Amino acid sequence: MSSMKSAGITIDTFKKLFTAGKRFDGRGLMEYRPFEVNFEVSNCAEGSARVRLGKSEVIVGVKMNIDKPYPDSPDKGNLMVSADLLPLASPRFEAGPPKFDAIELPRLVDRAIRESGMINLKELVVTPGEKVWTVIIDIYPINADGNLIDAASIGAAAALKSAVIPGITEAGTPDYKHRTKKKLPLSDETLPLSITVFKLGNTLFLDPTREEEEASETRTTFGVSKWKGSYMINSCQKSAPVCLTRAEIEEIAKLLPKKYDELNERLKKFL
Amino acid sequence: MNQQIDEAQEAEPMETEQSTKKRRVVVPGEVIVSGEDFLPSEGARREGQDILASRFGLAEEAGRVIKVIPITGAFIPRRNSVVLGRVTQITLNGWVIDIDAASSGFLPIDESPRFINKNEMDQFLAIGDVVAAKIWSINVRGIDLTLKGKGLGKLEGGFIFRVSPNSVPRIIGREGSMISLIKERTGCDIGAGQNGWVWVQSDNLDSQIQARKAIEFVSENVHVDGLTEKVEGLLNK
Amino acid sequence: MAFKRIDGRKNSDLRPITAKIGVIPNADGSALFAFGNTIAIAAVYGPRLLHPQHMQDPETGILRVNYDLLSFSVNDRKKPGPSRRSQEISKVTEWALSPVLDLKEFPNTVIDVQIYIIQADAGTRTAGINAASMALAHAGIPMRNLVCSVAVGKQDKEIVVDLTKAEEDFDGGEGPTDFPLAKIANTDQYTLLQLDGKIPAERVSEVLTIADQAFANIYEAQKKALKEEFS
Repeated sequence: MSSMKSAGITIDTFKKLFTAGKRFDGRGLMEYRPFEVNFEVSNCAEGSARVRLGKSEVIVGVKMNIDKPYPDSPDKGNLMVSADLLPLASPRFEAGPPKFDAIELPRLVDRAIRESGMINLKELVVTPGEKVWTVIIDIYPINADGNLIDAASIGAAAALKSAVIPGITEAGTPDYKHRTKKKLPLSDETLPLSITVFKLGNTLFLDPTREEEEASETRTTFGVSKWKGSYMINSCQKSAPVCLTRAEIEEIAKLLPKKYDELNERLKKFL
Repeated sequence: MNQQIDEAQEAEPMETEQSTKKRRVVVPGEVIVSGEDFLPSEGARREGQDILASRFGLAEEAGRVIKVIPITGAFIPRRNSVVLGRVTQITLNGWVIDIDAASSGFLPIDESPRFINKNEMDQFLAIGDVVAAKIWSINVRGIDLTLKGKGLGKLEGGFIFRVSPNSVPRIIGREGSMISLIKERTGCDIGAGQNGWVWVQSDNLDSQIQARKAIEFVSENVHVDGLTEKVEGLLNK
Repeated sequence: MAFKRIDGRKNSDLRPITAKIGVIPNADGSALFAFGNTIAIAAVYGPRLLHPQHMQDPETGILRVNYDLLSFSVNDRKKPGPSRRSQEISKVTEWALSPVLDLKEFPNTVIDVQIYIIQADAGTRTAGINAASMALAHAGIPMRNLVCSVAVGKQDKEIVVDLTKAEEDFDGGEGPTDFPLAKIANTDQYTLLQLDGKIPAERVSEVLTIADQAFANIYEAQKKALKEEFS
């Protein structure tokens, strides 16, 4: 794959295509690519999942440590999300200090999970005020072909669902060799997923390939979940100095529950 | 003029369907043939009695000459190759062109197809524009390009996309047969650069989609027999 | 009592090998290589322009290897980012692969090899070298031959190949020894030699002999994976 930037003529063609509601791969503008999820991709992790969304591939692992709780939440376990945009996954990713994309991606995934209340952090206390479990979600793209944030969020939800709590040694440290059969304290109802809406010209679209993503002018990521029977937007962030209109925001708000149900149904088949 | 890009290409090693030459996939270091009579050519070497592969690819015996044709990997610039590139910078005496290779290309103002006033360079080629250019020199400073020649120049309208550079000979086909077939059936203008970038232009969006689909199909099925018929089938749908 | 390996293998047996190319479509070449539960993936990008410019060599292309563990590939989470260990392994891997490459055709460029361990059960550097060697071939880089790599070890007084983590942690008798090797396929040229533990000098030949069968099996697996994608 190349590292050449989008050409002017190519962006113009995408504008014309999107305006006509067409895509090169035949999908509708609001249609996701097929995806598949595999589990147990890394057996030292407490839980792990591989997501292939079209040609994008992401591996997500969950590790657990025992740490001190944060002073402002002595009765709660900790959650940490990190990502590394490995130069392995794209000619665009470079070695060295993380670029903004690598900082933003795990933050978006973190907020979608945290705010949804999917993890009951209160149940992750080992000794109140002293020792709690820290749940660490690590995200690694293996092949970047667009829409990594949504792929990562599917991977994170799947890896959390599959995670099993380690044992505890007499010294009070995690015993990774003797895992318990206990799953993480997760809500049955709430499964946060991110849905990222892209915009080029006046057209909104979902799940771009890399080439479509590079032609797009802005994206907004929404963390969505279901809570007490209704669809909740738990987090959101718009990127780039380009505007969304009120009509577009309302259109997206209408679209999110539908897309959430669709992704959730597809993900459930693998869980 | 741009419809002729592929005709501006020099003869390149090409996959042909009715090849009489013996070919098989070899790994680096593998013995291809043994015997004093054989001559190692590109991608092959002699060690004692044996001719060995010096890279991964298709070993080809053409009479006594043995070579290994690459089937994978990045584009390696060669003199006289036609490439598609994107203008990234305008300097005092020419344009810097990203040709998706290990070195960027430079198009001197004197190599434009007609006289260009130094003050009006960006009116001829602006940043983000696409050109079909020929590599006329590779030296320590980089790659020099020219737009002088049939089928070369700025590409207007349409779009460019990338396929495996190694599949380009097959996309063009023997004497341009494959690319002509796709042009004819879709009504698109099409040009393929050796660096794996392909340009497709038509006023009809569906024709553009169809042409790209056919080209990607060829690129992903380079080693399949009867590819021409399969492409015809695809285009008839 | 006769010696028996923890997982019941014969001393000269490798764990089951998985080898596959093209696992990272974005890369110019890519491969996966696994010894049992140790899984390595490698991507090759290039030849491409080398930054910073002062590192460029006008006479030849340069090989640049980066090896690392995914943070959750080991029991105690590895902090993301390079460690001293991963930097050393990156360098010895570079030295293990360079002797087969001919990069004179590509002055001023770099061939980047990215190796990541998805799941670690000992032998990660050797699995990484095997994956990288396949990925370089897959990227069409001019190379004399494939490179094969395996760790030989010692369990008390027994010489064994391709140790698992449980075997590496063995602490009976003379203790464990880890002796990773790499060799240019079908030659007697070694490109990686490292050792931690205790090998009596007079047993070195025995080590090299037991490794030879392993190298032959690894080479066959690499060759098969490269060929089956195109036949």
